[in-house]
This record gives sequence, structure tokens and C-alpha cells, in this order.
Amino acid sequence: MSVFLSFTVLGIVTGAVYGILATGLVVTYNTTGVFNFAQGAVGMFAAFSYWQLWQDWHWPFLLAIVFIVFVEAPLLAVVVEFVLFRRIHGASVERSLMVSLGLLVILLGVATIFWSSPDIVRSVPAYFTSADGTVASVHLFGANGVTIQDQQILIVVVAAVVAVLLGVFLRRFRLGVAMRAVVDDPELVAMAGAKPFRMSQTGWALGFMLAAVAGVLIAPLVGQTGLTSTQLTLLALNGFAAAVVGRLRNLPMTFVGALALGLVTQYCVGYLPGHISPGLASVLTEVVPVLFLFVVLLVIPAARLSPAGRLAVRPPPRVVTARQSAAGALVLVAGMVVLSAMVGATALSTLSQGMALGIVGLSLVLLVGFAGQVSLCQLTFMGIGAFTMGKVFGGDSWWGLLLAVVVSGAVGALVALPALRLRGLYLALATFAFGEVMYSAFFDNSSVISDGTSIGVGRLRLPFVHVVGDRAELIEVAVAAAFCAVVVGLVRRSAFGRRLVAMSDSPAAFATVGLSSVRTKVIVFTLSAAMAGLGGVFYAGQQGGIGANDVQFIGSLTLLLFVAIWGIRTLTGALLGGLTAAALPVLQTHLPTSLADLTGLAAGIGIVLLARSPDGILGMAWLTNRVHLPFGDAPAAAGELLLDREVARA
Amino acid sequence: MPDRDDGRAATGAAPALEVAGVSVQFGGVAALSNVSLRAEPGVVTGLIGPNGAGKTTLFNVITGLQHPDKGTVQLDGADITRMGTHRRARLGLARTFQRLELFSTLSAADNVRVGLEASGRATASTAVALLGRVGVGDEAASPVSSLPTGSARLVELARALSTDPKVLLLDEPCSGLDERETQALGRLLTSLAAEGRAIVLVEHDTNLVLRVCGMVHVLDFGEVIASGTPDEVRRNPIVQEAYLGHADDRGDGA
Repeated sequence: MSVFLSFTVLGIVTGAVYGILATGLVVTYNTTGVFNFAQGAVGMFAAFSYWQLWQDWHWPFLLAIVFIVFVEAPLLAVVVEFVLFRRIHGASVERSLMVSLGLLVILLGVATIFWSSPDIVRSVPAYFTSADGTVASVHLFGANGVTIQDQQILIVVVAAVVAVLLGVFLRRFRLGVAMRAVVDDPELVAMAGAKPFRMSQTGWALGFMLAAVAGVLIAPLVGQTGLTSTQLTLLALNGFAAAVVGRLRNLPMTFVGALALGLVTQYCVGYLPGHISPGLASVLTEVVPVLFLFVVLLVIPAARLSPAGRLAVRPPPRVVTARQSAAGALVLVAGMVVLSAMVGATALSTLSQGMALGIVGLSLVLLVGFAGQVSLCQLTFMGIGAFTMGKVFGGDSWWGLLLAVVVSGAVGALVALPALRLRGLYLALATFAFGEVMYSAFFDNSSVISDGTSIGVGRLRLPFVHVVGDRAELIEVAVAAAFCAVVVGLVRRSAFGRRLVAMSDSPAAFATVGLSSVRTKVIVFTLSAAMAGLGGVFYAGQQGGIGANDVQFIGSLTLLLFVAIWGIRTLTGALLGGLTAAALPVLQTHLPTSLADLTGLAAGIGIVLLARSPDGILGMAWLTNRVHLPFGDAPAAAGELLLDREVARA
Repeated sequence: MPDRDDGRAATGAAPALEVAGVSVQFGGVAALSNVSLRAEPGVVTGLIGPNGAGKTTLFNVITGLQHPDKGTVQLDGADITRMGTHRRARLGLARTFQRLELFSTLSAADNVRVGLEASGRATASTAVALLGRVGVGDEAASPVSSLPTGSARLVELARALSTDPKVLLLDEPCSGLDERETQALGRLLTSLAAEGRAIVLVEHDTNLVLRVCGMVHVLDFGEVIASGTPDEVRRNPIVQEAYLGHADDRGDGA
């Protein structure tokens, strides 16, 4: 009985924290239309601020809390709304997702700069301690009862208060009611005399404040041994499932979902059979919340096709012609041949990595750029390709490469199955959940890949060609990348390519001309995952193997962001995105530690640009008017032809 | 007018589209209650009524974008009420949208081409020819995002025609067109009907509706309040009260 009670208490407490975070998410989503992927990162930021003010600068702890929740969080929200989100109001789901993912990376980056030096342990003491210095607690239900910490009670009380206050605000107060209306029709609300941007500002501020409350509450629970930024941020991602239970609209259901999530997770931990290995137990702890999310996504009713009535504001990228992509491929390979003769060993391996990641970037162009299906697990596909390569035919065979492509493609088709019912945001969440499950249950599972090691992958041996040395390898990867770029260009010019773009532009119209998105989605997921797997073969071949660290969520995320920042609908953008993702960590080592997180900084600056130019850097008119891109796939200027020549002739 | 007489003559033929007793609730609001209407091959069937009367909702029900709470939809005698949108389209149902639903990052010709390819009739020249037929042949190569609303609507019409539909639903195709273009569209609709298609036209331009339609249904607050030939509908006192009579007060687009 006492076991059951203890895990129930833990479940309720975890659920309460998830509940506060998820409610913030729902409030922001309903007032701004943006699903804030960075919600957990804001909580993380608040937790660190709390440590900073209270523990490091010795503010009174109550003052620190009040400052963080009522000054810092809303201020941060107002800045973020102004710099990032005001310009993308009404933008596509993909784009607003991308910007909020960017915010996550920025916040992680800033936290890394301020709070990552390993010589300090950032521990946060419990809220209530008894006279002897231990955590204050009460004991209930007698000898077989349960011990509850005072701070656990505090968390549940705060969650309840938050729920009630929020409900009252949204139903009884004029501003609250208007906020609920603003996302549906900002123009109508504006006509009714309210300022839509003021309301979405309030929506952001409320969301951030709730995240801050959750962050401050949870800090002592997770922070006894020291806070870590990624742990806190990812912890909150689990809370997304709660918001999905409430279909991102319903606050009471969100709380119910949060409690269910907390309890299910804790019971799974509590009632694991005693004989299973501690390794498996820790895997389960990580997997259960994500599986919960996955299951919730699978059982929520499928999204109905509904007319969106959205028109592209700017002309789309020009479609590359066959000649342009052939020329681009030649320039790429020739460029790498020349470059490889001029640079040192580090640069050679960085370029190879960049080209391999570029291939994964090209797979994102197919999936996200053309078909509008956001994937947050592309490195998982890459890892599956690399893993397959490493396991078969000696790890360096041509046949291994073929099998790697086939296996990762097949996994892609599997992931497409839930994607058939889901769109936009929910799809992105499903790919996130899939990536996390694969990470915890497969790549990070010591019975698959021993801890801290990797599966050895050799360099591809080609028939008739000797690939010896780093230089030859770079050229080999460049040829593969050029080949993939040509393929992606070819797909875009085909009937299937038009179909992908059409499906992304208007799913409703797509169906009314008699097209089923089922086949289209399965094919594009398969193609994209297969291409990512191919990228994985070269990526792992270059570094000699594939391990859990190569396939983390944050890696998939940064690659996606960098490709988007350069231009996710362009071939050049994909390759530059891959190179950027490979080069930044290397550049980092040459910089002072005050610039500890170059990737985060670059992503931050890039995301601000992305908020202004939907097609990224390559979509900016001032650039494309001056520079000729190798693949000639810059966005077209207004009114410019963007047709294949055959149509122009007809 | 001869085309209207054609329409009358066709009345009584087997309907290509039959909507029977369709009701849709949005929360506490009845968007459609017990709506029945039929569209016959060779006839332009008008559907008029004030904004919010439920015309677009009815189109969504017919095309499968909205499930009705009650009632059935039949296409050529087959019950399609529970069928997916794309399968209805393959059976010969096409539509345009009141709020544009173009493939906004494709060119005008490619918009049409996607439809042609979907129905296996693809060649680049048919796309341009179809655009020419609806009057925007010159815009074939333009990105649709750069087109004025009127032309964009015509591209949608061309795309709807790309699947060679038996039943064509048009949701306010004239808004954004000038008088001359509206006249041309009227002639086009008549000739499309003459090819044996059943056309359902939602339009606020009552002159156009009364000119090209063989049959008119009037929708108000989700109910069909009158059905008949244009002349019958024009004379109907209930319709005058609910809609036509107020045309002057409400202005053109009301």
C-alpha cells in the first residue's frame, strides 16, 4: 500500500508540474496560434534564473520568485513576441513551428553561455527544510502510509490555484474572452476595438509566466544535485502529451492529461518487475512519457481537412531545371576536389561531415520543404541507415549501403503511418516522439550499443574505384551529395513533385481534385528517410561509427533549423545547412569559452532572419539579386516565370 | 432566354447530384437543417441566400470536407455520404472555394496540371488550353500568388475542370471579376452545362444567377426557403423578404 501511495503522490506532483507547463502552452497556442516548443526551455531558463538570484546573488527567495514570474518572464515574452513572432502571424504551421524550435535552441544556447561551466554545481535546496536540515515532510496514513514533502504539497496547491485563476480569467474577464477570440479571427477582434497584438502579447506573457512558475517549482526537485539545461528542457517536452490530451484547446482536459501522464509514468517506474535490469528500468522511465505522447497522438481523432484560405505572400523558389541541377552538381564536386587539395585534415573531415549532413538536409527539402511534413527525427533515420551499414557485410560494403537505404526507407514508411492521420503540429510531435523512443529504447540502450561506444562503420569500398585517404573520401561524399541534389531536383520537376507541393499548399484542394494524401505521404516519407539513411552511411563512415550521441533530438532540430535558415525549399540551402551544422562545433573549439554555444547563437540570429524571410537567407532579395547560386534555385523575383520550359512553350 | 428554356426542359431528368435531408450543427447553431436539393446534368442550379445562410457548409458536406449530422448525398445515384473527399472527386465531383484554395506556390498552369495528372489526362498543353477556356490563358506561367483575386478564381475554376467533372460546384466565382468578365463567365457556365455537366452555382450576383440558372434554391438560416425556376423564385414573396427585396439595402456583396 505504501508503495502505491508513494508513487501516486509522485505521479500527482509530476502531473501538477506538467499541468502548469502544458496550460501555458495551451494559453499561448490559443491566443497566438503558435505552439511554443520552447515552453520547457522557458521553464529551464526560469529555474536557472532562480538559482542565480537566490543561490548565487543571495536575493531573498520570495523576491527572486516574484521577480522571475512577474518581471523576467513577461519581459522575455514581450521581447520574443516582438522580435520573432509578430512578423509571422498567420504564417504556415511549419514556419511558426520552426521559429519556436529556434527559440528553444536560442534559450538553450543562452543557458549554456551563462550556466554551463562545470566547476560550479548549481544545486537548489528544498523549499522547506526541517530543523535538522532535511527536507520538510509530513507522514500520512500511519505506519504503512506515505511520506509527502511539504514542497510537493506546495506544487499541487500552486497547480490548483493556477488552474482556477486561469479559468476565471479566460471566462470572466473581458481581456481573457477577447484573447480566446483573437486566434480565430484577429481582424474581427480588431474591428471590435481590441488590439490583436496586445492580446497575443498577453498570450505570450501568460504562457511564459506559467512556464516560469513550473520551472521555479520544479527546480528544488530536480536540482538537489545540480540543474542541467537539456534535462530541464526535455523534461518539459514530455508535458506536451498533456496539452495534446486537451486537443490544445481544453484546459481542464489538459490538467487531466497531465495527471494521467504523471501517474502512468510513476506507476510504470514503481511496478516494474524486480528482476529487470536497472538499465532497462531507466530506459523505461525515459520512454514511458514519450510513448504516452505517441499513443495519445494515435488515438485523437484525425484532423479534418479544412480549407485554410491562405495564400503565399511571396513567390516560391524557382524550380531548378535539369541543366541547372547538372551544372550545380558539377560545380559542387569540382569545388570539393579543388578545396580538398588546399585544406588540412580537420577541415577535410568537417567538409565530409558537412556533405553527409547535407544529404540529410536534402532529405528534409523533400519532406519539409516540398511536402510540408515537419520531421523532428531526421537524424534517427540517419542513425538507422548508419547502424544497418555497420551491422552488415563488414560495414564498408556497397551492399551494406543498399541495405541501409532500404531499411531506413522502410522505417520511414512506418513513421508515415501515424502521419497519415496527423498534420502539421501533431505530425511534428509524432516524429519527435518517434525519435525519442528510438533514442532511449534503441540507440541509447546499452544492450544495443554499449554505453559510450559506437557501432563501427567503415568507409564505403566502391567497385573499380580506390577510395583511400580523407581527400578521396570527401570527394566520394561530395559525389553522393551532388547525386542526391540532382535526384531531389528531378523529383520536384516530376508530377510527383507537383503533387507534394500541392498537398502542402492546400490539403483540401488536393483532395478535391481526386488525390489521396495517403500514398503521397508514404512515398515521400520513404524517400526522405532513405536519403537520410544514405547520409548516415557517409556520416558514420567518416567518423568510423555511429553512437547514441549522433542521433539526439537536439541534433535533428539544429540540422532542420540550419537548413530552414538557409532555405528549406532550395538544394543549395540543404547543403549549406549541413555544412553549417558540421562546421559550427569545430569553429567553437577555436573560440573563447564565453561563446560557449556557437550553434545556439548562430541558430538564434538565423531564426530572427527566418522570421523575416520565409525562404531563409537564400530567399532574401538583396542576396539573390547579386549572387548566382550553384543550383540556380533561388526564390524567383515577383512575377518571374517559375515554370518548366515545356509548359512555357506549350 | 434560350438557355433558361433548356434548363426547364431538363427538369425531371435523373439528378447527377442529390442532397437529401442534410443537417449540420455547429455547437448550438444549426448551419444546415434538413436541406434537400438536386442538380441535373445540363443545368446550372443556382444556390443563393444571404451570408451565413449555409451555402459553403453545404458545399463542404457535398465534397466530404464536413460530415453531416443527418441526411445523405448521392452522386449519380450512388450514396457518397460517408466517402472520402478524393474518392468523390474521382467519381466526377469538383468544386471551387469561396476563400481561395489554390496551390499557392505553383504556377497557374501547374495548378491545373496537378488536377490533370490526378485524373490521368496530363499534358502541358491541356493545362494551358483549360486556362485559355476560362479566360486566363495569358497567366499560365504566373505564380498564382501574384494573380489578382478575379484571375485566381478563374484558375481555380480551370483546376476544377481539369478532372472533367460531372458535377461542378462553384462558390462565388464572380467575386473579383468586372462586368465584362462576369458576362464571359456566364457564357462559359452555359456552355459547360451544355456539355452535360451539372453545375451548382453559389453567387451573390443575382443578375447572373437569374440569367444562367435553370433552377434556383434559396437558402436562409440553413434552410431551403424556396426552390423553382428563376422567375418563380424572383416572384416568391418569402424570397423577396429574406434576400432579393433587400438587395438594395444590403448592397451588392451583402
